[in-house]
Amino acid sequence: MGIEVTVEGLTKSFGKQTVWQDVTLTLPPGEVSVMLGPSGTGKTVFLKSIIGLLKPERGRVLVGGVDMVNSPERDVYEARKMFGLMFQDGALFGSMNLFDNIAFPLREHTRKKESEIRRIVMERIDMVGLLGAEGKLPGEISGGMRKRAGLARALVLDPQIILCDEPDSGLDPVRTSYISQLLIDLNAQIDATMLIVTHNLDIASTVPDNMGMLFRRELVAFGPRELLLTSDEPVVRQFLSGRRAGPIGMSEEKDEATIAREQLHGEGVGSGEPPRIVPQLEPTPGLPPRQAVQRRRARVLAMWDTLPASARTAITTGLTPQGEPA
Amino acid sequence: MTAPVRPAGRVRAPRQGFPGSGALRETGQLMTLAATTVRDAFRRPFQVRELIEQFWFVASVTILPAALVSIPFGAVIALQVGSLTQQLGAQSFTGGASVLAVIQQASPLIVALLIAGAGGSAICADLGSRKIREELDAMEVMGVSPVQRLIVPRVLATMLVAVFLNGLVSVVGTAGGYFFNVVLQHGTPGAYLSSFSALAQLPDLYISEIKALVFGFIAGIVAAYRGLHPKGGPKGVGDAVNQSVVITFLLLFFVNVVLTAIYLQLVPQKGA
Repeated sequence: MGIEVTVEGLTKSFGKQTVWQDVTLTLPPGEVSVMLGPSGTGKTVFLKSIIGLLKPERGRVLVGGVDMVNSPERDVYEARKMFGLMFQDGALFGSMNLFDNIAFPLREHTRKKESEIRRIVMERIDMVGLLGAEGKLPGEISGGMRKRAGLARALVLDPQIILCDEPDSGLDPVRTSYISQLLIDLNAQIDATMLIVTHNLDIASTVPDNMGMLFRRELVAFGPRELLLTSDEPVVRQFLSGRRAGPIGMSEEKDEATIAREQLHGEGVGSGEPPRIVPQLEPTPGLPPRQAVQRRRARVLAMWDTLPASARTAITTGLTPQGEPA
Repeated sequence: MTAPVRPAGRVRAPRQGFPGSGALRETGQLMTLAATTVRDAFRRPFQVRELIEQFWFVASVTILPAALVSIPFGAVIALQVGSLTQQLGAQSFTGGASVLAVIQQASPLIVALLIAGAGGSAICADLGSRKIREELDAMEVMGVSPVQRLIVPRVLATMLVAVFLNGLVSVVGTAGGYFFNVVLQHGTPGAYLSSFSALAQLPDLYISEIKALVFGFIAGIVAAYRGLHPKGGPKGVGDAVNQSVVITFLLLFFVNVVLTAIYLQLVPQKGA
């Protein structure tokens, strides 16, 4: 089972510019979470802070007892072996072919025999659908293939936490849905805690158990997917519907005058109908059911009283079709 | 699911700027990298393969230029010293004087300049492009320290090549000096050779190799440091390479003065 990741009061700034402050959230073990946010709100910075590549000024990130921000470098390196991170463009080693790239963590961290390494690597290559391309150099394949190879490399040490940085960027819609399905299948197979950073609405609405959103240097919300999908927070509503009307402008924030003008022209913030909730993706038939579903149900029911009415309705309708009313 | 906000962790001191603080910070980071590299050199697993590859690479780009530079350099020193000693009426010491100049000063510097210019710039560019392609981040994320995996073998390679190359340049430079003095300036072979032992001594060779070792270390560390911190994209990598060579040169000449002064104080010179 995956490991819980607890983020407490995290604040990161570059020079005088604060990227986000006081971010506090918990990634529940084994569940898939998505972090949304307009471009430039520090989603990738958040991901890199969780894994300890960037050091926030304040706060902590607890992963299995290790604080990824303040613990000694040695402990952080040890803790990173529990992580798999899929970089935006794969971040493969340009001098190695795909096989060696994917085998790299195994060769560095385990004393497995070459035949054993080969078996594991080919299994992962098969999983991401890259069979036959293992001899190619990263420069010789398409961006989508590089992404998938990056994912395979992130998976090779059987991580308990998987972080994905924009799995959809540079992919066509079809490949994006394949990646979505792949991520859900992965979660069913290895039950790892997953955090996906994206601004793709399809992924956001179909993949996660939990959603969060970063905007204006803050975590706007984080909670079960129904909470955000039914949220009447203007920022969340605007983002999930992809409209121009709302607090998000071209340069991150709109000024008061623009908002006033929009309201005058009837493009008000709350003008859209309540969003429709798309059912979450199921693992491909034949795979084991996701264990996280049961855990999440228990968790959501435990926090039932704190949820707004619209989210409760959404959760109830989401559960009903499976014949198990909440 | 948001947990209650709790103040946690310590606040890092904000970066304050006073004039010159940037230079101090860079120097400090360079020293930290040097210390980390020395520490990680003793940490297992040792990257033998990477070391051999890098050693071969640095050697292959520096051997030929070093030999080609050292012949005229030895000749220039022989000619200059030869004419000077002639004016002073001390022709018999030409050999000793020029060999001291070549072995103690010229050879380690030639080696270091070539290693910084040919090997160091390539190392800096390689690390820099890996950095901007996030390869180094990926490595760190996989729990592999780039310092231990990439920088230690590179720095060791530049040090080893510097030591061996220094031997080569010393020999070629001395031979070049001999050729020019004896063949072109009509010096006497016997006097040239016997003045070796009149003025030069074995510690001169030791300090030469020690210098080469230190210069190789500096060239490797500076190249790695600039490569690890390129500023902004591919252009930044180009700038970093440029800076790494310039910074190495500046450091080399400064360290050379210090090492020479210490050596001349500590080791009694022959015939003095």
